[in-house]
Amino acid sequence: MAGGWITTKLNYVLGWGRKFSLFHYPFITACCGMEYMSAACAHWDFDRFGCGLTTFSPRQADLIMVVGTISQKEAPVLKTIYDQMCEPKWVLAVGACTLSGGIYDNYAVVQGIDNIIPVDVYIPGCPPRPETFLDGIVKLQQKIQNQEQEFRWKRRK
Amino acid sequence: MEKKKVTDTLKAKFSEKIKEVSFPLGDETVFIERDALREICSFLMKEPFAFTMLLDLTCVDYAGENERFEMVYHLYSIVNKARLRIKTRLNEKDLEIESLTPMWKNANWLEREVFDMFGVHFEGHPYLRRLFMYEGFEGHPLRKDYPLRKRQPIIPMKRKE
Repeated sequence: MAGGWITTKLNYVLGWGRKFSLFHYPFITACCGMEYMSAACAHWDFDRFGCGLTTFSPRQADLIMVVGTISQKEAPVLKTIYDQMCEPKWVLAVGACTLSGGIYDNYAVVQGIDNIIPVDVYIPGCPPRPETFLDGIVKLQQKIQNQEQEFRWKRRK
Repeated sequence: MEKKKVTDTLKAKFSEKIKEVSFPLGDETVFIERDALREICSFLMKEPFAFTMLLDLTCVDYAGENERFEMVYHLYSIVNKARLRIKTRLNEKDLEIESLTPMWKNANWLEREVFDMFGVHFEGHPYLRRLFMYEGFEGHPLRKDYPLRKRQPIIPMKRKE
């Protein structure tokens, strides 16, 4: 009984800590990057949601933001960068091109990055407004808070 | 320089190599035989015409026609402020043309692009390899017979040994 209570509370505390300390790695390839810049800078400022620290190394990042068109040639690079991130990690796919290939329904572009890596939150739009971006981050925080947390000393079933 | 002077000289000098001369919307256009390309270009590059700049080099696919691929070259003369368009046709079974890389350095990547997208081989090119698509990609996507909905598998990243 008491053990269950402690586990639940630990899960809650870890989720609370993780959702407000998202170090993000921006994987920006196209025009949605402009909206990312707006959302990251002072006007919209997603640092208010604890998502402010941009790391330019995937090894220190919790969250990868895939912003923009991913071409077939670039896909293995994205996959490698995702593999380099430490657990726990989340993926935010931003913009129509990233989600589904968008207008680039052709031989050169990956038709949705969920063909390559798992995606947690999809932010649609061409490009999405910064408000949509913030909404996506809040949705991701809700997801992190409510998911089952992984940690090193966790008893495995 | 007066208009038509370049084409007149070319017609006089390479009469049997020039198929047709036209002026669509005032642009001088010369339709030449394939094997005379290098010769004509090196003539044009020198004085007095001095077409020292290769503006563009591309290919057009006329699917279904006998000589299917049309190579298009745009030249510009900085001294004379003149432009010239050179066209030539290639047969699908014999897709080979002389490279212009020894004359204009920027032809290197332009020819690699045409090779990538259309599969035209350039004789004498120093490093003919795909430019836009990756190694392992099959076919030439800007050809009219490349399937519109065809998707190719993603090739994994190469590891350094």
